Amino acid sequence: MNKLLLTASAASLALAASMGVAAARDQIQIVGSSTVFPFTTAVAEKLGQGGQFKTPVVESTGTGGGMKLFCAGVGENTPDFTNASRAMKAKELETCKAAGVTPVEIKVGFDGIVLANSKAGAVVDLTKDQIFKALAKNVAVDGKVVANPYMTWADVDATLPATKIEVLGPPPTSGTRDAFVELVMDAACQAEVKAANEKGCGEIREDGAFIEAGENDNLIVQKLEANKDAFGIFGFSFLDQNADKLQGHKVDGVEPTFENIASGDYGVSRSLYIYAKKEHVGVIPGMAEFIAEYTNDAAWGPEGYLADKGLIPLPDADRAKVAEEAKALKPFGS
Amino acid sequence: MTDIVATPLSPRGKPGIHTDAAAKARLKARYGAELRFKWLGASAVGLAALFLLLLLSTIVTQGLPAFRMNYLTLPVDLSAVPADPAARAGFDYAGPVNEAVGAKFPDVTGRQERRLLRGIVSTGSGVILRQQVENDTSLAGKTVDVQVPLDDFADLYFKGLLAESAAPQPLSGVTVSGASGDVAVTFSDDTIARLARGAGAIEAEGGILRLTSGAASLLLDAGGGTVKLTEVGPGNTAKGIVYEALDAPVSTASPAVLRTITTPEASRKITDREIVWLDRLKADGAITNTWNTIFFTSGASREAELAGVWGAVVGSFLTLIVTIGVAFPIGVAAAIYLEEFAPKNRLTSLIEVNINNLAAVPSIVFGLLGLAVFLNFFGMPRSAPVVGGLVLALMTLPIIIIAGRASLRAVPPSIREAALGIGASKVQMVFHHVLPLAMPGIMTGTILGMAHALGETAPLLMIGMVAFIVDIPGGFTEPATILPVQIFMWADFPEPAFQQKTSAAIMVLLGFLILMNAIAVVLRKRFERRW
Repeated sequence: MNKLLLTASAASLALAASMGVAAARDQIQIVGSSTVFPFTTAVAEKLGQGGQFKTPVVESTGTGGGMKLFCAGVGENTPDFTNASRAMKAKELETCKAAGVTPVEIKVGFDGIVLANSKAGAVVDLTKDQIFKALAKNVAVDGKVVANPYMTWADVDATLPATKIEVLGPPPTSGTRDAFVELVMDAACQAEVKAANEKGCGEIREDGAFIEAGENDNLIVQKLEANKDAFGIFGFSFLDQNADKLQGHKVDGVEPTFENIASGDYGVSRSLYIYAKKEHVGVIPGMAEFIAEYTNDAAWGPEGYLADKGLIPLPDADRAKVAEEAKALKPFGS
Repeated sequence: MTDIVATPLSPRGKPGIHTDAAAKARLKARYGAELRFKWLGASAVGLAALFLLLLLSTIVTQGLPAFRMNYLTLPVDLSAVPADPAARAGFDYAGPVNEAVGAKFPDVTGRQERRLLRGIVSTGSGVILRQQVENDTSLAGKTVDVQVPLDDFADLYFKGLLAESAAPQPLSGVTVSGASGDVAVTFSDDTIARLARGAGAIEAEGGILRLTSGAASLLLDAGGGTVKLTEVGPGNTAKGIVYEALDAPVSTASPAVLRTITTPEASRKITDREIVWLDRLKADGAITNTWNTIFFTSGASREAELAGVWGAVVGSFLTLIVTIGVAFPIGVAAAIYLEEFAPKNRLTSLIEVNINNLAAVPSIVFGLLGLAVFLNFFGMPRSAPVVGGLVLALMTLPIIIIAGRASLRAVPPSIREAALGIGASKVQMVFHHVLPLAMPGIMTGTILGMAHALGETAPLLMIGMVAFIVDIPGGFTEPATILPVQIFMWADFPEPAFQQKTSAAIMVLLGFLILMNAIAVVLRKRFERRW
């Protein structure tokens, strides 16, 4: 029995090893941002449902990790698309070009970052300055830069409730955090803080008032339900899907609604992108069709299925322009 | 004990060292210590059991709804489906499904409303219909009754997880001014004003109570239709919109029932209109609640109602085949060599120490190793079970070697000596006598190692198996994911229906783990020899 087992396992090993040298890849591979992941997967599934192509494989590696894999080179072992919750940086483009990769940028929509709490909690109307004061590591008090002394919201501004500052947010590795820092903390940075330390604006307090809640936004939602005094920072799609439990708050007087983010009135929103590898189009089957599916109004339009998933569409004119450029595979940065 | 030996025995007649007050106090203290320890132990076990119970009950209560699903039975007209297979491949089956849903409610005409109505069935209905037609091509050209899954929110509504409603209240003396559009409603008493206040209506000028989307919804069922009340005015009157056309004019004699959906419309992902449609379909008997076969037969999906664990189960299976195929022979061979053949010297004891160390290495390290060696050096495909299996094999190898050596060592030396004594060679001694006796122990260790590997996600993160993969893998090199990864990804999706799926998938995974452990226990009980 034992010999049989050994032979069988040796045979299965040999088989596995021989299959390791795969034939040409016929399935699209996508990597990148976890924020764009829910949208790209929906498009991938639609492409697969068409029956002509295999459903693309979508990995969630984070924007930075995705760029690294994407720009590693051309060939079957590199991904065909990468999702990004920010535009490709000049340095990343250089890496890409050095490896012979021509990225095609497709801006697919917007995502709002919201400050929300449980429906049982207080309704507040915050300004970016107040958020900065509540969350920055160092703030200016009477012209001097000191470690953040504010313990309650009322300390920040007398009009706010006298509850302890308790904000659950994403960790520094997250694209949502990057965007939040850029759109709120940097934008509302006090001059004294900036003068004292060039990077001081982006530093978020570490004394327990800001709680890093991990990449899983569902966890933040559950924690907010349990604690009505806590606020959370996350993507609009989570607020949209949990509208029965959570309420979003105005920032600079604008409410985080679908319409306000789409029109650009809501200040804390960012663009989402996918990048296609031009060299792979025509080699890996289905790439052109995937781009066409993504840039179809049935998908990314105001009434498309991506809007149902929480993606905020681009204005009509922008959509037409982006779709045209994507179809023509206009290289990024040219 | 020491105090007894240290003190001399007391003379007869006097209170002895074992019976005086101090001795009794010592005895009491000793018994007390024992009792306290017992209690501490028992409460530790009790606490652990309580936590386990809490965890399991949360998972089971959350997960159970996902095992059943609501389907809508629709008469779908397939006359437009072409008979030619090539033409049929490009046919869009969503069209006939949408028409069939629309035919259920012919008076829904607005573009937005039609869109809302289409949304009560799953967007994957067309794909399901395509499969049915491909399986049985005679369906093309006929009108057939098809069961399509409801959209995840509609499904959650029927499961009572989306909106809460109060007990329906029968009313008498109700009149409705029309059969469709905006209507005026009159009531016989002021119950309606009380109900509207209770629902959280906003008081406007002139004694008008406005029922906005922030208030509970009041739906009036009368004359075979449904009116949604928007405004309650003075004098027991109200204004409303007809959501479902009334068949008969409503006079004071007609029976009427007022339903209250206590969750405000603004706070739920299902509108009053959808609720009215769904309740109508339910009343017509078109909705069936059955065992959720999709959950057990399909792969991942972004639509909660179409998502299943089968892709992940197959992926886990393929991965574990590779893992056991690699780790078992190598592990057993290494254990036999180290235990029976290897000379006992510095080198082998160094190897032994390092095998024990390897068993304690964090699993993510094996993932990095897999990325560097299998993907980057050997150029194997990303997301493939063969690579995942190899990485997990590296991870389980030390466990199997350690378990194997322990069970080989447990075979008494007399067996070896007897075999050698009657002239067996060393290889014969090992393979004919020692190994068969050690096999149950080795198998137990292997199965426990496999169960450990089944629950791992960290090592697979680096090699691309933490991915959204819809197609069910057909081989060792096709992209696949595994059960724990599926659970992790579902936990991260925003749609509420995925929370139930997450718990249900955890139950499936736990089921597999219990099964594997049970096999290990049975093997041990049946074949284990005690010496």
